[in-house]
Amino acid sequence: MAEGAGRHVLLIEDEPNIAEAIRFILMRDGWQISLQDDGTGAVAQVRSLAPDLVILDLMLPGRSGLEILADLRADPATAALPVLMLSAKGLARDREAAERAGANAFMTKPFSNAEMLAQVRALALP
Amino acid sequence: MAVAVLAGARVRERRLALGLRQADVARAAGISGSYLNLIEHDRRRIGAEVLGRLARVLEVPVVALTGTGEAALVDELRAVAAVAGGAAEVERAGELLGRFPGWAALIAAQARKVGQLERAVEALNDRIGHDPHLSQALHEVLSSASSVRSTAAILAETEDIEADWRARFHANLQADSLRLVAGTEALVAYLDTVEAAEAQGVAPLEEVEDWLAGQGWHLAALEPGGGGVAALDFGGLASGAARSLARDWVVQAAADAAAMPLAAVAACGGDPVVLARSCGAGVLAAMRRLAMRPGAAEGFVLCDGSGAILLRKPVAGFAMPRGGAACPLWPLYAALARPGTPVAATGAMPGPVPRLFALRAWCEASHPAGFGGPEVRQAGMLIAPLEGDGPALALGGSCRICPRADCPARREPSILSDPALPGPSGRG
Repeated sequence: MAEGAGRHVLLIEDEPNIAEAIRFILMRDGWQISLQDDGTGAVAQVRSLAPDLVILDLMLPGRSGLEILADLRADPATAALPVLMLSAKGLARDREAAERAGANAFMTKPFSNAEMLAQVRALALP
Repeated sequence: MAVAVLAGARVRERRLALGLRQADVARAAGISGSYLNLIEHDRRRIGAEVLGRLARVLEVPVVALTGTGEAALVDELRAVAAVAGGAAEVERAGELLGRFPGWAALIAAQARKVGQLERAVEALNDRIGHDPHLSQALHEVLSSASSVRSTAAILAETEDIEADWRARFHANLQADSLRLVAGTEALVAYLDTVEAAEAQGVAPLEEVEDWLAGQGWHLAALEPGGGGVAALDFGGLASGAARSLARDWVVQAAADAAAMPLAAVAACGGDPVVLARSCGAGVLAAMRRLAMRPGAAEGFVLCDGSGAILLRKPVAGFAMPRGGAACPLWPLYAALARPGTPVAATGAMPGPVPRLFALRAWCEASHPAGFGGPEVRQAGMLIAPLEGDGPALALGGSCRICPRADCPARREPSILSDPALPGPSGRG
């Protein structure tokens, strides 16, 4: 069952209860989770932690998820890092913007826990 | 009276009813058989003189060949084709109307409905995309719903969950369900304020125009002894914006009626400058008064300093765009640049048969905020249908549905092309 095998996920999400639920689901699956709750320090956090996967909310205080993603894609060290984008607005243009900015996958809130787990496994496991 | 575009179909119908051959009718009318053939299929304009000769040969009054009223519907059908694109035979709109009037009316009615629905979709899209209140309310609801869903699933599906995790998730669930309720209530309260008619997407201006048309473009209640503004029923106006526009218009019309009695209107010979001078009123006010006098044949259009249309009183054969910009050659726009100067022209609308109109435009600049405030311009144009043919300024309704390919003022390509119709440079 525990497929995370200690792999590292950085969760950038400002809603504490959503972050807590995701953390619990992934933890039970054997992943190691770090939390970041605002957009301003997010890029520096990615660089210093070097996670295997980033889950990135689209609307964050400080900086938007799209700006953060653009920075990550511009840096050779993080250009290929798998990023799962989350948005509470299922608008087609949000999805398109995320895909253009280089997101590997896009999920809308509310999501099912099983879906979240399946996406994380698909993106971060070899 | 406007000469309708259906003359061709009517000529053909009448000729066949009499059992006459095309060549015989053509010879009797002094034109070639092939020219008559083109006329019958609305491929050539008919001059007033040829039309008169054809009417004599076919033993009917001219008006029996020209018809009335249908011209506006033909314009509308052409506009439908312009908007929808596709393979519609735009040039044969008149024929369609002549042969299948019921289907033609249905097409026009459906196009109006489609237009309303498209505006409603656009409005909702704009609202979701650009309305910060709605966006915030939706975000709040979706975020709390997301948290509730994930947390509830964890509690339901994790059998061996530790006591402190369970307590924490229960507390989160409680907090998020309250947040969800508050967010949903805020969303419902917001959506309740959006009026039904506005969601239906009828533009407020169109509502007001339909309302005025429903009263025959004359508000009898505003005349002496008529009961005044209080006697008018604004019930036909569904949206708040339209009611507000209509009230403004009615208050102005009441002032116009008080300043210019119908006797003075009747005595001015249809000239707004004469009417204005005889009553000490403004020329623009006199134009409004003339356009809204009982039984007025003239159409009227009013615009602001940006050229945006503020009101359209339609007249058969003079195409006025329902949305977007009108023909830049309308004297209305020439007047806009010359406040206080009468601008008059005879204008021709395109079509197989020329339709002429006497156009009189006038612009007024006002300073509602006093000496230091901005100048506000409004221009109006009275549109009187003329009979017969003659030299005229070649106009259109709007570029998209105007066939004058070589018009020097053209803004965008037309979906129509009719080599028989020269542009403004050389109308014959």
